[in-house]
Amino acid sequence: MNIVRLALAYLRYRLATTSLNILLLVFGVATIATVVIVAHQIRERVSREIAGIDLVVGAEGSPLQLILAAVFQIDAPTGNIPLAEAEFLRRHPLVASAVPIAMGDSVSGFRIIGTEPALLSERNARLARGRLWERAMEAVLGAQVARATGLDVGASFVGVHGLHGGLAHAEHPYTVVGVLAPTGTVLDRLVFTSLESVWLVHERPRPSVARGAPAEHEHEEHHEHEEHPASSEKRISREGAEITALFVRYRSPLAAVQLPRLVNERPNLQAASPALEAARLLAILGFGLDTLRLFGVVVTAVAALSVLVALAHALEERRADIAIMRVLGATRGLVVRELLLEALLLGAAGLVLGLALAHLSVELLARSFRQVHEAGITGGTIAPEELWLVPAVLALGVLAALFPAVRAYRLDLASTLARA
Amino acid sequence: MLGREAASREGGGGVPPSPPAVATVDAVRVRGLSLLRNGRTVLALADWSVPVNGRCLIAGPSGSGKTSLLQILAGILPPTTGTVEIAGREITSMPEAARDRFRGRTIGFVFQTLHLVRALSVLDNLRLAAFVVGERRSDAELHQLLRAVGLEDRARARPFELSQGEAQRVAIARALVNRPRLLLADEPTSALDDANAQRIAELLVARTAEIEAALVVATHDARLSPWFEQKLELGRSS
Ligand SMILES: Nc1ncnc2c1ncn2[C@@H]1O[C@H](COP(=O)(O)OP(=O)(O)OP(=O)(O)O)[C@@H](O)[C@H]1O
Ligand SMILES: [Mg+2]
Repeated sequence: MNIVRLALAYLRYRLATTSLNILLLVFGVATIATVVIVAHQIRERVSREIAGIDLVVGAEGSPLQLILAAVFQIDAPTGNIPLAEAEFLRRHPLVASAVPIAMGDSVSGFRIIGTEPALLSERNARLARGRLWERAMEAVLGAQVARATGLDVGASFVGVHGLHGGLAHAEHPYTVVGVLAPTGTVLDRLVFTSLESVWLVHERPRPSVARGAPAEHEHEEHHEHEEHPASSEKRISREGAEITALFVRYRSPLAAVQLPRLVNERPNLQAASPALEAARLLAILGFGLDTLRLFGVVVTAVAALSVLVALAHALEERRADIAIMRVLGATRGLVVRELLLEALLLGAAGLVLGLALAHLSVELLARSFRQVHEAGITGGTIAPEELWLVPAVLALGVLAALFPAVRAYRLDLASTLARA
Repeated sequence: MLGREAASREGGGGVPPSPPAVATVDAVRVRGLSLLRNGRTVLALADWSVPVNGRCLIAGPSGSGKTSLLQILAGILPPTTGTVEIAGREITSMPEAARDRFRGRTIGFVFQTLHLVRALSVLDNLRLAAFVVGERRSDAELHQLLRAVGLEDRARARPFELSQGEAQRVAIARALVNRPRLLLADEPTSALDDANAQRIAELLVARTAEIEAALVVATHDARLSPWFEQKLELGRSS
């Protein structure tokens, strides 16, 4: 016998009430924790995605759309811009780096991005095997692309027009030269190649264009592209070539003041700040999450109230038991400690089961919905904010037990026994 | 109202004892005891003691203060005046927590109907007695105690599965877990039929004799008188 066994015995003795209280607690804790877990992972993910990108320069339109398309790869781009137009930024003294990207076709639903190797080094992506692309039609696969398609170094594939099936560009096969290590960002779901490859594929094939070398030709019409609404005409030469966006990293904080204005003054160009747009996005999302969290707080408070009522009620029918314990030699302190422990155990059970349920449901959510999974949501990680629930719920339990505990402390032994 | 001893014993009576002369420690010694309740004296006991191994019956009509006296002896109810010594220790001046623990270790208490902690099995009720005073008892010891009250096969039973008499016997076994020097019982047989009352009386006497504890029983149950060599008759309060 010890105080824990004693407390457990009482909780078992009132199994129905105990279960109900735990259930309420679990529900409240799970709701709060689910919101906290998802919110944390979304925030983490977002900050990972925009890490190293201070400014995105692209075609005019909605800045949020530009960021969603260029950085998060979840929207159609606002259009294309001539590479030459953006070129001035690369030489600007306030710019540490500027990497262009051009959205190309897709393979098995994974987007092919034409860019420069600097994109990967800027974002700390490392090769798992193979090497980076050196000439046109060489491709490096994101980790998830390699896993999903089974393609590996040495394999070749053809891009498909659009993102979800379309015309295959059989005349321009890509060769896989490298595979990236997982980054936990959208890079895992992308295929990287040179800008020239993207420009080349969108050429009408010509016998004279040798594969493997950047072509330097004028070119004519090319098929409509839903992702490239602004481009009706493309040039394969660097001078006339178009890109979707330019990722800029500042050299100094001063750039944040000057560069966006500089860019926006130019016709057809807009500058969007990933941090700003992400914050806007999270604020919209945050409102929904806050509402859910408030719901969880209310449920937990109701659970605490229910624990209080249950303990207070139990105390009435328990006066005799407490009197026996006191006669057997238990001090008031021991009686109070035992009551508080019961509340703590209730709280702990609600907490553990609630957190487990939260992680389980987040994981189930991720497994049931591809989009949730692809957003990088998993039930397997613990959000630091979750840990606040531990002291909060335990304190709530103690608080709920305080009133009954005080009454137990004040119990008049002599009159209780005289009535028995 | 005055308590007077029906059966006199050596060393008892109203003779004020000279402290150095007392060689043996009594199980109970009460001096100048009085209890006022609502401005009324419900109990007055100038000098009364029960020796180690002694058996004393407290008799008296309803309201004469029998329960009050037992509660004072157990340190549950503070007297208005006077001192109480249990096994040589002055309990009236102890701090409450110390008195609680002292009671748990030195005094066993059996009630008329209030017997067991309902959330706990029979065996756990016995374990509880050791636990609350920070003692440990082996299961073998506890089973032995249950055997002595004839309930060794009910160790796992829940209190609601027991009859009044069985619960009463478990309560007696539990009162003996910490080998008390004094066993107090308040109307232990009043709710029982003759056979059960007989059995409980036998048990109380035999078990206390075995561990050399004093036995003080408050009752108006005449069936119990033959078992006691000492009797304290409390008068009706006026
Ligand atoms: N909590 C209390 N407050 C005030 N007076 C009390 C209280 N409990 C008992 N009394 C009074 O103290 C007196 C003695 O009560 P007590 O319970 O000790 O008598 P008793 O001899 O045990 O009676 P019974 O045989 O009915 O159990 C009674 O007059 C009773 O009214
Ligand atoms: Mg009484």
